[in-house]
Amino acid sequence: MAQPATISPTPLLKDELDIVIPTIRNLDFLEMWRPFFLPYHLIIVQDGDPSKTIKVPAGFDYELYNRNDINKILGPKASCISFKDSACRCFGYMVSKKKYIYTIDDDCFVAKDPSGKDINALEQHIKNLLSPSTPFFFNTLYDPYRAGADFVRGYPFSLREGVPTAVSHGLWLNIPDYDAPTQLVKPLERNTRYVDAIMTITKGTLFPMCGMNLAFNRELIGPAMYFGLMGDGQPIGRYDDMWAGWCTKVICDHLGLGVKSGLPYIWHSKASNPFVNLKKEYKGIYWQEELIPFFQSVTLPKDCSTVQKCYIELSKQVKEKLGKVDEYFNKLADAMVTWIEAWDELNPTGAKSAELFNAGK
Amino acid sequence: MSLAIKDDEIDVVIGALRSDLTSFMNEWRPMFSRFHLIIVKDPDLKEELKIPEGFNLDVYKKPDIDQVVGSSTAIIFSGYSCRYFGYLVSRKKYIISMDDDCLPARDNKGFLVDAVAQHITNLATPATPFFFNTLYDPFSEGVDFVRGYPFSLRSGVKCAFSCGLWLNLADHDAPTQALKPGQRNSRYVDAVITVPVRALVPVSGINIAFDREVVGPALLPALRLAGEGKFRWETMEDIWSGMCVKVVCDHLGLGVKTGLPYVWRNDRGDAIASLKKEWEGVKLMEEVVPFFQSVRLPREATTAEDCVFEVANAVKEQLGSRDPMFARAATAMLDWVKLWKSVGSSSSSPRV
Repeated sequence: MAQPATISPTPLLKDELDIVIPTIRNLDFLEMWRPFFLPYHLIIVQDGDPSKTIKVPAGFDYELYNRNDINKILGPKASCISFKDSACRCFGYMVSKKKYIYTIDDDCFVAKDPSGKDINALEQHIKNLLSPSTPFFFNTLYDPYRAGADFVRGYPFSLREGVPTAVSHGLWLNIPDYDAPTQLVKPLERNTRYVDAIMTITKGTLFPMCGMNLAFNRELIGPAMYFGLMGDGQPIGRYDDMWAGWCTKVICDHLGLGVKSGLPYIWHSKASNPFVNLKKEYKGIYWQEELIPFFQSVTLPKDCSTVQKCYIELSKQVKEKLGKVDEYFNKLADAMVTWIEAWDELNPTGAKSAELFNAGK
Repeated sequence: MSLAIKDDEIDVVIGALRSDLTSFMNEWRPMFSRFHLIIVKDPDLKEELKIPEGFNLDVYKKPDIDQVVGSSTAIIFSGYSCRYFGYLVSRKKYIISMDDDCLPARDNKGFLVDAVAQHITNLATPATPFFFNTLYDPFSEGVDFVRGYPFSLRSGVKCAFSCGLWLNLADHDAPTQALKPGQRNSRYVDAVITVPVRALVPVSGINIAFDREVVGPALLPALRLAGEGKFRWETMEDIWSGMCVKVVCDHLGLGVKTGLPYVWRNDRGDAIASLKKEWEGVKLMEEVVPFFQSVRLPREATTAEDCVFEVANAVKEQLGSRDPMFARAATAMLDWVKLWKSVGSSSSSPRV
């Protein structure tokens, strides 16, 4: 098929995007990503033992935060950042000064497309974030802004401008992101299907957001990307990104922002232990049955015009409606408020944020 | 999880807008030959139909349509709408229908796609409209529900409608096609997706399948453009029909899938010539979509007929005064419900 005469190259955005990586072991995986990640600033959030030194491969420009740094910078508010769980990554979102964030797990590698070519996942995420979403009407040819696609017959012209894209949710080949029960039943299943599509998740529809290969516009939706209270001392794990995803989608729907899912694929190499996972997820699996109806029926008042206002309102409703499911949700609701307070402190509008950063607490 | 759908529960319905169906039928022979076919000849077509041997089929022409339907209806079964007559007289549980200018497509590996088999799979496995699965259809081979998908929603709901796609000539509206005359859809997206509940979708009639027993009455020939013609981009009837189907399915707790299978659409027609005719359709969508987004059906509407009746009245009330086309559509919908009750649901086929 004929390619369009001019395809404008995807901007690098190297001064506008931070890559946030949570890690507890090492960052060897970055070697494979070097051709694609080198131009960018990395924010490494080191989980676990702060006395351990994490080696960052040579040549990368990065800042690294361990638990001691998090405590120093946030003081008592550090209680909202999880320990011993990749949920701690959201600290990286908070301290970033950039417009866009890409977050990736340290067991995710470069995948190949069906033609055998290495996939530059970051470039695809940027394309997704820079082009509009179409949440109000499903386009049967998927992303209409992609080369070679368009809106189909019957798609109202008034909806063809779309809305700004806040989130780009990428997928994974090889080890699929299954929950523990599914992993136990199908330990050998691998995702080998390359689905060549990006689609906007329609307004009013929830989805399970995986944090393994995720990009978002921090300016548009950053404060909603709180990954909750997980891991050490908490009754639940492996629901951090799920929680962030449900909050984010509800707020995006309310504010008229778009969420896309589909390309790019990364290669997920490590299958976590399903028995360990089961223990972490156990409560989540049945709490979920209450959480989903909650999120499906949430309405935010019209005067919630910023992400922070939406999020605080959401935290109130969490306390009101989910507090009775388990005491954990009261704690989580409080942590949600703490998160917003910390976010606003580290990201004041107008003032020189650098001063506050250095002052610590 | 999947239903066992038998060959004799299926009718393949083809609306013949061209007289020579020889190459069409021969190309589809490997996929069609097991099934009973209903071919409905466009009443406006003057020439005799040429159909190759070796198929189990019934052909309906203008005199048949006139006899069964009579002249008292506002429904016009001409052009692309002739296929609806086939849906009406079929006595099978499932219908697969495609345009007569489509041929089997090839997948990414170069294999011919059995569109019929894929539609059957889509209808036989549940749909998941209440929560989006990021790995798409969890009932496909090698896939499942992802982490975070609520367990109570994993049994899904019955899939009542399967909307397939097209390679080569994509189903764009006339203005888009006129602007990009060289663009062809060459992207084979290897996925089946449930359209989420409350999300509306422009359903193209080119390559569809549905459970006639459950949603038959919701597929209806109602919205007819003043200048409706014999090219898809000169029509809106399927888009209107598809909106009805989605609204009815959402209300009745049924699922709608889109994606695979693909068919190959032959190039034909001149989009610029069609611009004048379809432009009014494009304008109408600006009213049609908000209307369907806001339609609410009462709890007492528990069948597709009930639902269509309610939608028709809502169309009359809310859109009838905006454009005579809508008023006619509402009347056609009410006529269709009556027809369906008298002809569509009787136990014996109205053979003439």
